[in-house]
Amino acid sequence: MTAATEVWAVVVAVGVGTFCIRVSFIYLFEYVSEVPDGLERALRLVPPAVLSALVVPAVVVVDGSPALSLDNGRLLAAAAAAVVAWRTENILATIVVGMAVLLGLQLVV
Amino acid sequence: MATRRGSFLEGVRAVAPVLVGIVPFGLVAGAAAVEVGLSGAQAVGLSVVVFAGASQLAAIELLGAEAPLAVVVATALVINLRMLMYSASIAPYLRGLSTRWRAGLAYLLTDQAYALSVTRFGADGAVRRRWYYLGVAAPLWAVWQLCTVAGVVVGARVPDSLPLSFAVPLTFLALLLPAVTDRAGAVAAVVGGAGATLGADLPLNLGLIAGAVAGVAAGVAVESGGDR
Repeated sequence: MTAATEVWAVVVAVGVGTFCIRVSFIYLFEYVSEVPDGLERALRLVPPAVLSALVVPAVVVVDGSPALSLDNGRLLAAAAAAVVAWRTENILATIVVGMAVLLGLQLVV
Repeated sequence: MATRRGSFLEGVRAVAPVLVGIVPFGLVAGAAAVEVGLSGAQAVGLSVVVFAGASQLAAIELLGAEAPLAVVVATALVINLRMLMYSASIAPYLRGLSTRWRAGLAYLLTDQAYALSVTRFGADGAVRRRWYYLGVAAPLWAVWQLCTVAGVVVGARVPDSLPLSFAVPLTFLALLLPAVTDRAGAVAAVVGGAGATLGADLPLNLGLIAGAVAGVAAGVAVESGGDR
């Protein structure tokens, strides 16, 4: 096992580096009087692109490869949750329905 | 104008259901660290100092495998590179804050804090942004730390059959639909999701970054094509 001081060095190095990543643009934007139009439009597209990039693999990928069959209970659960999200735009309802469907499928199968 | 308290509480209410999803990860972050031989203080230190689950788990695994320290640090930082996108995307909403506020809010920047806040800031209705953000981010921080401590003390005993971790993608799913407001956004989402899925095999979470960047690029291309 790595020595204690070395572990702490890793903790601090990762912590400082991660903070620099997080603060980067939040800090820099203060020194730009006007955000260029093109950049602003590109940044507006970050939420749909990144949220989808977070969701789709988490639902579709099983054991490292895409699983697009009904054996993958997450697909049905996510589909049901998507309907709820679309109709209600409510996070709690989306989570509850998605988890309930997934749990239900696990009990049935 | 919304009050500070009102905006803070609005953030707390928005994040409440989301907290469920981070419980299993927090427990694992504590339990896995102790399992590979880190002390309890080091396990909690990771959660407090780094406060980014995926990179913590990678660092723990590599420390346990006695990987070179530079590899551990570099791996963890590459996994956290996606936060560059979050920082750039949310920065326009946080302009004009003092350096201290910006540093504090940056420290608390996570997938969930970013996604909830940027969705709210893009929606109608007055809100005190920094207080809403704090209302979202502070409970995430507190639950993460408590779960890490619990994981250190009792180990991770969440039954595998309980799909609590599925709450995380469900959270982002609930935020994804309102985030798609036009054709360019729809293209960005489709390409972003497909790209990240195709890149799921890539190490270090790079599929997420590659997919998201491809999604933004595709959306920009559609938008500028529509101008002609």
